Amino acid sequence: MSMVDEPLYPIAVLIDELKNDDIQLRLNSIRRLSTIARALGEERTRKELIPFLSENNDDDDEVLLAMAEELGVFIPYVGGVEHANVLLPPLETLCIVEETCVRDKAVESLCRIGSQMRESDLVDHFIPLVKRLAAGEWFTARVSACGLFHIVYPSAPDMLKTELRSIYNQLCQDDMPMVRRSAASNLGKFAATVEYAHLKTDIISIFEDLTQDDQDSVRLLAVEGCAALGKLLEAQDCVQHILPVIVNFSQDKSWRVRYMVANQLYELCEAVGPEPTRTDLVPAYVRLLRDNEAEVRIAAAGKVTKFCRILNPELSIQNILPCVKELSSDSSQHVRSALASVIMGMAPVLGKDATIEQLLPIFLSLLKDEFPDVRLNIISKLDQVNQVIGIDLLSQSLLPAIVELAEDRHWRVRLAIIEYIPLLASQLGVGFFDDKLGSLCMQWLQDKVYSIRDAAANNLKRLAEEFGPDWAMQHIIPQTLEMINNPHYLYRMTILRAISLLAPVLGPDITCSKLLPVVVNASKDRVPNIKFNVAKVLQSLMPIVDQSTVEKMIRPCLVELSEDPDVDVRFFANQALQAIDQVMMTS
Amino acid sequence: MNGGGEEEVASSAESPQALDWKFAQVFGERTAGEEVQEVDIISAIEFDRTGDYLATGDRGGRVVLFERTDNKDHGGHRRDLERTDYPLNKHPEFRYKTEFQSHEPEFDYLKSLEIEEKINKIRWCQTANGALFLLSTNDKTIKYWKVQEKKVKKVCSMNLDSSKAVGNGPVVSPSMSISPKPHMANGGCSEKSFGCSSNDFSIPSDGVPSLHLPVVTSHETSLVARCRRIYAHAHDYHINSISNNSDGETFISADDLRINLWNLEISNQSFNIVDVKPANMEDLTEVITSAEFHPTHCNMLAYSSSRGSIRLIDMRQSALCDRHSKLFEVQEASGSKSFFTEIIASVSDIKFAKDGRHVLSRDYMTLKLWDINMDSGPVATFQVHEHLRPKLCDLYENDSIFDKFECCLSGDGLRVATGSYSNVFRVFGCSQDSTEATMLEATKNPMKKQTPAPSKPSRSLGLTRVVRRGPENSGVDANGNPYDFTMKLLHLAWHPTENSLAIAASNSLYMYYA
Repeated sequence: MSMVDEPLYPIAVLIDELKNDDIQLRLNSIRRLSTIARALGEERTRKELIPFLSENNDDDDEVLLAMAEELGVFIPYVGGVEHANVLLPPLETLCIVEETCVRDKAVESLCRIGSQMRESDLVDHFIPLVKRLAAGEWFTARVSACGLFHIVYPSAPDMLKTELRSIYNQLCQDDMPMVRRSAASNLGKFAATVEYAHLKTDIISIFEDLTQDDQDSVRLLAVEGCAALGKLLEAQDCVQHILPVIVNFSQDKSWRVRYMVANQLYELCEAVGPEPTRTDLVPAYVRLLRDNEAEVRIAAAGKVTKFCRILNPELSIQNILPCVKELSSDSSQHVRSALASVIMGMAPVLGKDATIEQLLPIFLSLLKDEFPDVRLNIISKLDQVNQVIGIDLLSQSLLPAIVELAEDRHWRVRLAIIEYIPLLASQLGVGFFDDKLGSLCMQWLQDKVYSIRDAAANNLKRLAEEFGPDWAMQHIIPQTLEMINNPHYLYRMTILRAISLLAPVLGPDITCSKLLPVVVNASKDRVPNIKFNVAKVLQSLMPIVDQSTVEKMIRPCLVELSEDPDVDVRFFANQALQAIDQVMMTS
Repeated sequence: MNGGGEEEVASSAESPQALDWKFAQVFGERTAGEEVQEVDIISAIEFDRTGDYLATGDRGGRVVLFERTDNKDHGGHRRDLERTDYPLNKHPEFRYKTEFQSHEPEFDYLKSLEIEEKINKIRWCQTANGALFLLSTNDKTIKYWKVQEKKVKKVCSMNLDSSKAVGNGPVVSPSMSISPKPHMANGGCSEKSFGCSSNDFSIPSDGVPSLHLPVVTSHETSLVARCRRIYAHAHDYHINSISNNSDGETFISADDLRINLWNLEISNQSFNIVDVKPANMEDLTEVITSAEFHPTHCNMLAYSSSRGSIRLIDMRQSALCDRHSKLFEVQEASGSKSFFTEIIASVSDIKFAKDGRHVLSRDYMTLKLWDINMDSGPVATFQVHEHLRPKLCDLYENDSIFDKFECCLSGDGLRVATGSYSNVFRVFGCSQDSTEATMLEATKNPMKKQTPAPSKPSRSLGLTRVVRRGPENSGVDANGNPYDFTMKLLHLAWHPTENSLAIAASNSLYMYYA
């Protein structure tokens, strides 16, 4: 054991702690692996550090995960790309561990390294690694292998390419469903690297096997492959090989498979071209929109807009719109909710006439939905509505919906609608807002739930920003300040909060003339909580008003509070006073 | 059994002989007069799918693992082990491997509810990388355990001489001993100072030769059980079953009113797939008593109810499986109804046979074997407690009537077994013309209870519902002793590939082979 020079001391510690008993220290050491490597130099990193890491791989998963991540960017520390292959053995062992996230990270790092490696090294080192993993004793190795083929395949000589394809084929028929799932979900990536001739034969046949797997979990990953493969294939091949599969899938016994199809179908439309879309995919999609499983309808409804964008307007109006009409009165609220969140996107696709004639009634019925989420989803897309049909048509039905939501018994719904109020205000304009919504904004200040009151105070600030100080002076300040006389101290506190938020927006004049007197007055409140909040508000108002006002109004008030019998009041008053002094000193 | 599709059973069953059960091993045998500790009573028992491991859980929340020793030299390829299945001529022998505390007693402060630590069920998961994985559950919380050999590491040759730094204490770990120096530990606040120093100090391009890596030596290994995931807060009622799916990534957990579907990797959410809770709890007529996945079809599961029915569910049909695809129940003759009819109809356990075609169910009086392609009635019924029928009133009085006996099938599906009172368990042959009905006692001399084989049960050809009777005893057992209702054999498991039974009798684990 040798003593180490002083500057090396921290690195020495770092190295020693690679094997500390405390996992946190080990983790920290691993995260600084690059520092250790630099201290050891490239050659000793290759010859000592990397083998050391390969041997010590029975650590906790957190450490292994960090190690897998660090090794992914380790090429510079081992001496550049020509030495990259020394990084493969430790990552190979990490590809076999049983914790999925460690394996995934190791595969990711291997891919990153592999994509930089020289072609000859890939053939000499990386391909054997892939083959070893693919023939691994435990399924974990085989699962990892599936994610590496696309890295090595392009560099492999023809003989090896054939072998790699056949190995992949075997993995797709593995006994373990986990391996087949991994093969299915990586098929798209692998297929993208395979030559077109083989793609059409080998890969398609692999794919067809997977689509007939008896495990639902494998089949539904094959659905994802449909879209990926579809994009790789020429239109005619896609129509021949992929289209029948996806149409079959859309009628699969398992709702989970149909659910996946509903999510992915629109991606295939472009791959197959317009005619097959019209004859096959549209009917399949319509079936999914009318599926008897609500989850499938939710997925399908969520994609309505994306699907319609691909189709021409007549097809949409003819085929999709009737389904949309049905969905708007679906028995499942979640389906209606999913529809409500995307339906407005259909308007530009359909054009103004069809929108007003067909879409508007659906839209209005969703706006009157008994389920608040549905209404909220519509209101949240209000800007899109405005563009298409204008606010006039809407305001009549919009307003009752908003009022109802504003008084919903679930506070989260009220909260959500408050957050849309500034947006609504800007869309509707001052006039409309004053008439209908102004009183609601005041009402929320006196809500039973704190979060609502807090949001209401924020809302006032955003409205003031939107419509300007003059409007605020007329429409919100008097009503708000009135409420400082509320008998309940929690409501008085809300007003203090509103004042502190409004002051920066309204500027020094209004603050001095209107807001400050109210705050100073509140310092005589009988509730200590109000008083120390006054101290806090005063501190926040300080930068807004000029120096003389601070001295004239704020300081005396704070001095008085600093002698309050309540300890908290004194604390915050003193804090504010100190802040004043500090500002004085700097200015 | 309805002839046709029974080849696999019939072919190997050219009139199978009744098995001759022999005692193999006992773990935790009671000495005479020894008081049994409540916490030691075994409450769950399960073989893994290879049959190389056996796990038991007890009321004290412990899980004990046993390992098969008679085929250690077998050493087959690991890929084969994943798949199971190899013939052996010796009888399985197990040894204690390890144990760990799976659950602790808890208190739910929100509901003012004590949560017992008792292990209700254990299920083995896919072995990976030499580590064993299993799920264990108590009334509320499911845990995912990994049991693995870990090398006992001994670190020597550090850069910094820890013993010198402090001057003593060989057991003190290096970071602890030198922690007084601010830049020692690389964690926490010292990290900043460390960062600076490494920047200021320029490292020569060929590295610093005086630094070296710690040398780790390891000679022995120790078994470590680590809880990998906790699946909690998903059940309002007591969990009665867990079962993993053939897809290797999901499992279900069932309580009295609901069945939830989990992904093994995700512990913070589950999907409710069956909910039998009525809108008004006063309308409650039945509860879920047991649930199990089909052994090969990942979309199928079966659950049993307190009214004696078994429902088969296809998860493909819809997300919430309110509607069963098949219902199996016995139509009780209306005349024979009594106060106890509904209580004794309650199914306490169901098990799929390995072939996935048959389901075994246990109710208070009988074992029933069902063919999932035949929902008109069980293909066979085996009387287990018929002799207790006159005593139902007493059994109700002392709550024994609510005892939940488990059942199991042999790996080849030819025999079924279940427990009874007085430490007795029963094995029945269920192939077509088997008359096997053995009564054994969980002692070192199991055949003590054996009574002469009964005359072949009457069976008319073409009749689908067959009732076989075991030996009819009245209030006394074969030795003339009165039945002891405290000595009940609730939990037992059949080895997946061989004729070997693991029986939990109170705190003792008995192993038998034939």
